[in-house]
Amino acid sequence: MAETRTPLIEMRSISIAFGGIKAVEEASVDLYPGEVVGLLGHNGAGKSTLIKILSGAYRADSGEIHVDGQKAEIASPRDAKAHGIETIYQTLALADNVDAAANIFLGREKLTRWGTLDDAAMESETRKVMARLNPHFRRFNEPVSALSGGQRQSVAIARAIHFNARVLIMDEPTAALGPAETAQVGELVKQLKAEGIGIFLISHDLHDVFELADRIAVMKNGKVVGTARIGDVTRDEVLGMIIGGKCPPGAIPGPGASP
Amino acid sequence: MELLRKLEIDARLIGMLSALAIIWFGFHILSQGAFLTPRNLWNLSVQTSAIAVMACGMVLVIVTRNIDLSVGSVLGFVGMAIGVFQARWLPELWGLENPLTMPATLVFAMLCGGLIGLFHGALIAYLAIPSFIVTLGGLLVWRGAAWWVTTGQTVAPMDGRFRAIGGGIEGAIGANASWVIAIIAILAIVISMLMRRRRRAEFGFSLRPLWAEALVIGLAAASVIAVTLIVNAYPLPPGIARRIIEAQGQVWPQGGVFIPHGFAVPVLIAVLVGVVMTFVAKRMRFGRYVFSIGGNPEAAALSGIKTKAVTMQVFGLMGLLTGLAACITTARLNAATNSAGTLDELYVIAAAVIGGTSLAGGVGTIVGAMLGALIMQSLQSGMVLLGVDTPLQNIVVGIVLVMAIWLDGLYRKRIR
Repeated sequence: MAETRTPLIEMRSISIAFGGIKAVEEASVDLYPGEVVGLLGHNGAGKSTLIKILSGAYRADSGEIHVDGQKAEIASPRDAKAHGIETIYQTLALADNVDAAANIFLGREKLTRWGTLDDAAMESETRKVMARLNPHFRRFNEPVSALSGGQRQSVAIARAIHFNARVLIMDEPTAALGPAETAQVGELVKQLKAEGIGIFLISHDLHDVFELADRIAVMKNGKVVGTARIGDVTRDEVLGMIIGGKCPPGAIPGPGASP
Repeated sequence: MELLRKLEIDARLIGMLSALAIIWFGFHILSQGAFLTPRNLWNLSVQTSAIAVMACGMVLVIVTRNIDLSVGSVLGFVGMAIGVFQARWLPELWGLENPLTMPATLVFAMLCGGLIGLFHGALIAYLAIPSFIVTLGGLLVWRGAAWWVTTGQTVAPMDGRFRAIGGGIEGAIGANASWVIAIIAILAIVISMLMRRRRRAEFGFSLRPLWAEALVIGLAAASVIAVTLIVNAYPLPPGIARRIIEAQGQVWPQGGVFIPHGFAVPVLIAVLVGVVMTFVAKRMRFGRYVFSIGGNPEAAALSGIKTKAVTMQVFGLMGLLTGLAACITTARLNAATNSAGTLDELYVIAAAVIGGTSLAGGVGTIVGAMLGALIMQSLQSGMVLLGVDTPLQNIVVGIVLVMAIWLDGLYRKRIR
C-alpha cells in the first residue's frame, strides 16, 4: 500500500479513562481508503472503546483524530456522521419498536415540504437499499423486534452504508450470524472496499480477519501491541500478540508490546 | 382477522371498543335503560375530557420509559393560579367579563403548566434524577403550593366565557354548529385517507382494496354522524330553553321547545388535542424520536438524537396539557379549589395503560389512551348511576385496571 497517500483516518495517541481505569492509553491507528484494518484483542482490551471514540459515542481525554489529514473535532455521533464515519455496533443499536425505514433514517429523517415525516419516501429508499443487501427482505412495515438476527443485521448495515459512508466501523459484525449470513457480510465488505470505503473491522474471529483484512492492529490492556500487514505475520504470531502482547518481527511494535 | 388485515385496522383497537361496548350495554341493562341515553353519554363525554387531555401527554411520557405522578397536583396548582389570575389580576387590567379573559387564561394556564413540566423534565434529563422521584416530589410540592396560592381559599365564580371550556349550558355549542363540525370532521377524514393513498401509489406500494377504503371511510363517517345525532338529541333543560326563547322575544309555547345541547366545548378540545397529538406522535420528527428513545435509548443517542432535550420537551408537553386540563376542570367546577385534580395522576396513568401504553416504554397510541380514559370514566359513572358507593367504586376500578393489564399481556404474548 502506498504510504505516501494521506490516511483517511488517523487516530493519534488517544487516551480515555473511566473512573481512574485507563480503558485506552496512547493508542494510534490509521486507515487508508479502500483498506480493511482488523482490530483484534481480548474482551476489555479497549478496541470497542477506541472505536466508540471515533464514532462519537465517547470523547477522548487526550489525543487527536485526523480525517483526510485535517484535524477533526468529533464530539457526538452527529459529528462523526458529518465526516462520513458510520458505525455498525455489536449490539446493532436498533430501536426495536419501530420499522426498518424508521431505523435506517433515525436522526436523518426525510421530510415532506410541510416538515412532516415522509414515510413513503423513506420506505421507498429502504426497499432499494435492502434489495441490495437482503433481496428476500419483505417485512418493511413491522417493528424490527419481529425480524430475525440476520435481517436485523441487514437493517443495521443498511443504515451505515445508505448515507455515502467513507469510513465504516464494524464491531463484531458476524458474532450473531449463521455461516451463510457471515459469508454474505464478507462479500459486502469486499464490495465496499472496492468502492474505496475504509473499514475498521473489530472481531474475535481470526479466520474472518485473515480473510478480509489488509492490516491488523492488536490491542491489549488498552494499549496497541503492534500493527502488521496480513502477509507479514502468521496466525500463531497474531495469537501471541493477543494473548502475550509479544510483537513478532513482521509487525511494527506499539506502546503495549511486551519487551 | 383476515378482514381486519385488509382494512388495516388495529386488532387492539377493536378489542378496546368491544370492551367499551360490553361495559356500556352491561350498565344499560343493569340500570334499566338509564345508561345509553343522550343525557348520560353527553355528561360522560364531558367528565372524560380533562383526563383524556392529560392521557395524551402521559402516553409520550410513558413511551420514553418515564412516569409523571405529579399531574394531579400540577392541575391543582395551575387551577389555583388561574383563579387568582382571573379574580385578582385581570379585573384590574381590563375589568370583569372581558372577552379577552378566556384566551388570556388559556395561554396563562398552558404557560404555567408547560414551565412546570419543563422544570421537571430538566431535573429528569440533565440531572438524571429518576422521573418517579422527581414527579413524586412534584406531587407533594405542587399540592402544597396549590394551597399556598390563596392559603386554601376557594376562588369563585369564574369568567362567563371561560366557563364554556368546562361544558355545562354555556359550553354546549348547539345543533347547527355541531353539524358544521361533523361535516368538517368527515371531510378531513376523507381527504387524509385520499392523500395517504395517493402518496403510497406514487411509490408503487401496495394499496388496500377500494372497497376496504370505502368501508373504513363509511364507518368513520357513520360514527361521526351517530355521535352528532346523540349530542343533538339531548335537550337543554326547560328553564334555560325558556330563557333563551324569551330573550329572542318569542313566546314560550305550551309544550316547550326542544333546543339541543350539541357538542360540549371540553369534548371538542379533547378531540382536537387527540388529533394534534396523534399527528405529533406519528407524523413529526419529534414523535419519531420519542418512540425510538423508548425503544432503545442508547440507539437513539448513537443515531445523533438529543435524547435529553427530547425527554425534557416531553415533560414540557405533559405540563402544557395539564394546564389545559386545569382550565377544563376549573371551568367545569366554576371555582378554583386547591383539591382539584386529586388522584387524577392515577386515572391518567391508568387510562394510558389500559389504552395499550407499555410501561416498559416504546409502545403506545394516543387513540388508545383516550379510549382508556373513556373506559375508566364509563365504569365510574355507570356505578354512580347504579348507586354503588365510593369505596366499592374504587375497588372495582382497581380490579379492572389490574385485569385489563393482565389480559393485555396475554394478548401481546399470543401475537409474538
